[in-house]
Amino acid sequence: MGIQQIIFIVLSAIAIAAALGVILSRNPVNSVLCMITCFVAIAGHYIMLNAQFLFVVHLIVYTGAIMVLFLFVLMMMNLNAEIEPQKRNWLKYAGAISGGALLLVLVAALRDASMPAIQSTSTEIGLVANLGKTLFTSYVVPFELSSVLFLSAMVGAVVIGKK
Amino acid sequence: MPVQYYIFLSIALFCIGVMGVLMRRNAIIIFMCIELMLNAVNLLLVAFSKMWVDAGRVDAASAQLFVFFVMVVAAAEVSVGLAIIVMMYRNTHSVDINILSRLKN
Repeated sequence: MGIQQIIFIVLSAIAIAAALGVILSRNPVNSVLCMITCFVAIAGHYIMLNAQFLFVVHLIVYTGAIMVLFLFVLMMMNLNAEIEPQKRNWLKYAGAISGGALLLVLVAALRDASMPAIQSTSTEIGLVANLGKTLFTSYVVPFELSSVLFLSAMVGAVVIGKK
Repeated sequence: MPVQYYIFLSIALFCIGVMGVLMRRNAIIIFMCIELMLNAVNLLLVAFSKMWVDAGRVDAASAQLFVFFVMVVAAAEVSVGLAIIVMMYRNTHSVDINILSRLKN
């Protein structure tokens, strides 16, 4: 077993354990902290897959911006564990069983798919020079459209928040 | 390393996200589970990008750019969604999604 597989197993275990912590913890603040752990583990996977630019963007945007936004909203609402609504137990079991059934179906469908393997060689494709060249030659229109999307999201958030 | 490992990891994360959406009633936790599902798909896209680069394709950078656009859309979605949740909390003093079923009548 190579060093890459060991790193993969450790990062995957952290990611899955943190993801389970997100949905199982009673306190929403603990959920957000577990989510941050999960995102850091996924960022580690990115750097193992030679996606250096996405690694940095993921750390800055997800763990730095989005999760802090969640934490701010939680602090503003001052939610405690006792306000957490109690609900019927059978709905919880139904949700867990349907999620597990989806897991089972997907794993069974993709178990025997034959695909080329991932080599351990390093590539240049995830560097910002490569991605920027592709972004500004082949994907200019989606890039500009995403700026319009951001503007409208900003205006929408302000309008909803001011009401 | 076979790409199946990454597929199984992504499936596990995605299904945990689905379970969270189905099991929890807190709107903020549901939002976070949606983020988790988006991240599972992102991880799979990056793994396939690396797989095709190793197989000799030169245009595999498109997958990583797709991940970038998914992140952009997720950021916009979170800002608007959290504004809606704050609005809802201001009106009902709760983030329980069961309260939102008043539109039914």
